[in-house]
Amino acid sequence: MGAMSTTDEAEQIAPAAAGGPPMTFDGDQVVFELDDLSCYYGDFRAVREISLQVPKNKITALIGPSGCGKSTLLRSFNRMNDLVDTAHITGSVRYHGVDLYADGVDPVEVRRRIGMVFQKPNPFPKSIYDNVAFGPRIAGYRGNMDELVEQSLRRAAIWDEVKDKLKSPGTALSGGQQQRLCIARAIAVEPDVILMDEPCSALDPIATLKIEELMRELRENYTIVIVTHNMQQAARASNFTAFLTMGEDRAGYLVEMAATEELFTRPANRITEDYITGRFG
Amino acid sequence: MTAHTASRPNALTPADLQIGAGRRRRERAIGALFLAAAASSIVISAAIIITLAGNALNFVVQVDPGKLVTDGWFPRRGLYDLATPIVGTLVISGIAMAVATPLGIGAGIYLSEYAGRRSRKILKPIIELLASIPSVVLGFFALAWISPNIVQALFDAPLFNMLAAGIAVGILITPLVASVAEDAMHAVPEYLREASYGLGARRRTTSIQVVVPAAVSGIVAALILGVSRAIGETMIVSMVAGATGGSLFNLNPLDQGQTMTAAMTALAIGSDQVRGAALTFESLYFLGFLLFLMTFGLNLISDAFVRRVRRKY
Repeated sequence: MGAMSTTDEAEQIAPAAAGGPPMTFDGDQVVFELDDLSCYYGDFRAVREISLQVPKNKITALIGPSGCGKSTLLRSFNRMNDLVDTAHITGSVRYHGVDLYADGVDPVEVRRRIGMVFQKPNPFPKSIYDNVAFGPRIAGYRGNMDELVEQSLRRAAIWDEVKDKLKSPGTALSGGQQQRLCIARAIAVEPDVILMDEPCSALDPIATLKIEELMRELRENYTIVIVTHNMQQAARASNFTAFLTMGEDRAGYLVEMAATEELFTRPANRITEDYITGRFG
Repeated sequence: MTAHTASRPNALTPADLQIGAGRRRRERAIGALFLAAAASSIVISAAIIITLAGNALNFVVQVDPGKLVTDGWFPRRGLYDLATPIVGTLVISGIAMAVATPLGIGAGIYLSEYAGRRSRKILKPIIELLASIPSVVLGFFALAWISPNIVQALFDAPLFNMLAAGIAVGILITPLVASVAEDAMHAVPEYLREASYGLGARRRTTSIQVVVPAAVSGIVAALILGVSRAIGETMIVSMVAGATGGSLFNLNPLDQGQTMTAAMTALAIGSDQVRGAALTFESLYFLGFLLFLMTFGLNLISDAFVRRVRRKY
């Protein structure tokens, strides 16, 4: 569709963008550093040669048209792609300087530090309390579980709505509440990073605004990476934005990354401009 | 078609769209044929139930209640101790479930949660193929191998015993339990597994604490189906459990025993062996009716469980 007409330009600009200076941060501020990362499903390359840095205690948004590999890229940050038999990567993902794909790295340890919130709210068919307590329990948490559950639900801005029905099933909540419960569940294992894969795409606008407000509060303590195809959301809620698109080989690649305001007002790249002004995607 | 419509572009009359009388008759005839096929199984089931219930009632009316509690099940001698075949059935079904529950659920968890796509593709049909081994073959296997090499090797027991029969029945129903349990676990949506892995759960934690609880209704249904099949299993117990036309009451799995099904076959094989004694014939119907009620009840319960798991997702 619209994307077809721009692929030629994409092909011309891509090498320059890929070869240009990536956005960098001070060493102690860098949480993730991707170097030439490509993600494959079998022979198919879904994400091509991405290099970027994700800064600490900020919200970084990944935007781009459907199918450009945003979710695949996000899932390479905590090795969730390992769940797909045929998935593999080339290049590297460094987390606080450690290569997440090095031999001997346990994906379970990775995921305990890098939590995830999914597109569709996915509470377990257990009570609200047990949903939040699941992560700490399996991690062998020895402290006061009631306190941890309450604190996590408070941080996820859902405590007041559920405090009187902690024993009722999490699946009985509304979609927006379920998603905040899932955020509480992710927070309860005290991660360092929260990855969010289109967390609002199944929610109504009011629930969406609540989640965005929550993200801004969580930023104080966590590094957040969010995938969204809602540009207004990226513009409203994020500090930095990386724009990906799909090449002719159907692999997603990074066009540019910048401070969100800059990317949306003065994009360095024609394709970015076309995308954010709604000319394709 | 194009030529046809082009020749008379606007000449559509109501008659053009109407079905011919002959075609309508044929459609009705075919419909009736399929209805008859569907109805026949209902009619046959109803006939079976009526026959069973009628003869069972005859037995209940005529039998001396004192003969229902005796030392054993000897219908030719007019001794109808109901506890003997019922307890025999329960002992053997219990042993069978003790074998089939861990094996079946374990195999189900492996297939659903651990096996890669390729090994699942190979293993699942093999397990389902096991379900098609004729029970008479398993009966021979139980006599020729399980009894001497397992039961007699460990215990002081006769060749014909309830333990060997129970183990063989367990092997028989394991594929059924595995297959139904696997279906239930496979139906647990992927997003629940992702949620679990995303929280830093390992595969075993995800399997045991997320997938199995979410599929519990289906797993219970698999077990109930297994019990129901074990109770109704006839050939293995007739061959291996050791009772002939009659048996003393026995709870010891290392000795011979009588199940409801074996009690029926022991007398009902051949042409006219049953007719002789007074109520022998009717007593078999009574057992058959009890058996029917037990398996029917269990199937209803299992169906309710399956519905519950479907409603949940």
